[in-house]
Amino acid sequence: MGLFDKFQGLAAARRELETIGIDPFGVEIERIISPTEGIIHGRRTILAGTNNYLGLTFDPDCVAAAKRALDTEGTGTTGSRMANGSYSNHRRLERELAAFYEMRDAIVFSTGYQANLGLLAGLTGPNDVVMLDADCHASIYDGCKLAGAEVIRFRHNNVDDLAKRMRRLGARAADTLIVIEGIYSMLGDRAPLEEIVAVKREFGGYLLVDEAHSLGVLGERGRGLVEEAGVLADADFIVGTFSKSLGGAGGFCVSDLPALDLIRYSSRPYIFTASPSPATIASTRQALVKLAAGRDLRAKLTANYRRLHSELAAMGYTLGAPASPVIAVVLNDRLEALQFWKSLVQHGVYVNLMLPPATPNGVSLIRCSVSAAHSEEQIAAVSAAFAELKSAAGIVPAELGTS
Amino acid sequence: MNAMTGNITVDYPQIVAEIRSELTTLTQGRVEINEDTDLLGDLNLDSLQVMNFMLQIEDRFDISIPVSILPDVRTVKDLALQIERLVRAS
Repeated sequence: MGLFDKFQGLAAARRELETIGIDPFGVEIERIISPTEGIIHGRRTILAGTNNYLGLTFDPDCVAAAKRALDTEGTGTTGSRMANGSYSNHRRLERELAAFYEMRDAIVFSTGYQANLGLLAGLTGPNDVVMLDADCHASIYDGCKLAGAEVIRFRHNNVDDLAKRMRRLGARAADTLIVIEGIYSMLGDRAPLEEIVAVKREFGGYLLVDEAHSLGVLGERGRGLVEEAGVLADADFIVGTFSKSLGGAGGFCVSDLPALDLIRYSSRPYIFTASPSPATIASTRQALVKLAAGRDLRAKLTANYRRLHSELAAMGYTLGAPASPVIAVVLNDRLEALQFWKSLVQHGVYVNLMLPPATPNGVSLIRCSVSAAHSEEQIAAVSAAFAELKSAAGIVPAELGTS
Repeated sequence: MNAMTGNITVDYPQIVAEIRSELTTLTQGRVEINEDTDLLGDLNLDSLQVMNFMLQIEDRFDISIPVSILPDVRTVKDLALQIERLVRAS
């Protein structure tokens, strides 16, 4: 078996895409114009697959904060916080995140992926049990793998299955880490958080909620599903990312548990990575202020996603979940999804194409993410493109499937 | 309590028989299942079918099979041995 033999399958899959003239995973945005618009293949395109939920990437105050940090603190930190030291603004952002969640402390990581990787690998080890919702993000699975933890999956959003598996653990349940997400990134569905908290209260254990897609989106102050469900105090760890609603790059974990600070010393993804650049920290700090005060942004976002969701549903599309900023249109198979995605780009609408094995239940998805920055005209244009393709391609409703 | 919650021992041949039965149903009898059958290589099942099969087996024996041990499970025998270990530990 040669070093590159394992790539034969991937090479064949890519050749197939080339043959049908579609390259969904190599899209180049030739020029980015705004949070919701860019130039693709030489034409103005509405961006509806960016996870830029609050549209803060071009916010003048965030941009100005980043520019000031570049001028005063330079382009990079050139190393890890353990080796090179933390800049004051790394710690300021951590204190601000902790205050935002009314928790003891926070750790900032260099990417959202590394937040899960770093927390799980730092917190758990070969003798620990991590109980995952089966649809958890790859960063969660990878963190458990790096930790060498015993990983048990429960059926997606199935509280009875979670309870059954906690019961099977017996005395070990009390030290088990349950990991779920606020909004799941593929279908846009929410965790039944209050019921999950009830299971935790019954069997013990710790709860980690990944709010990557719900931070800034749910809750009065944008703290995510934990705030919306009123269970902030029951979440032992909350993980989030700067790269979606905060418009930057990086991630964090907040916790009220004193041991959080010790995780810095056991987390290889934290220790052996360069810390976030000053400009990234500065724009994120400014964006966090906007997010916390952003009731108007959340209201606009909610109006936008409810409208697009209801219009697509009325057209007869099978949608992955009730309305949320992630709207997944389920198509019948891979080829139909590929053609549909290509046609949308030709209509000036960029969304995400999601194919098995990255999707739950082996479904093929066209995934839209809606932004507060989308204008009514842009939502109308996205909706119109879907309507036109529905009649032109004769799409019949697809099965969502179950797990 | 039923036989699978710990108070009655489930022995190895019984576990193999259960796995064979589930897999024979899943493959609609196309493949002869024995202890050396490769769960991925011989059965032509997709990852979704394998996951659903594992969920059924877990419920049948009232155990959770950690995802983290799956890289070590290739054959029916490998799986049966892991189930035997997990049933004993429960």
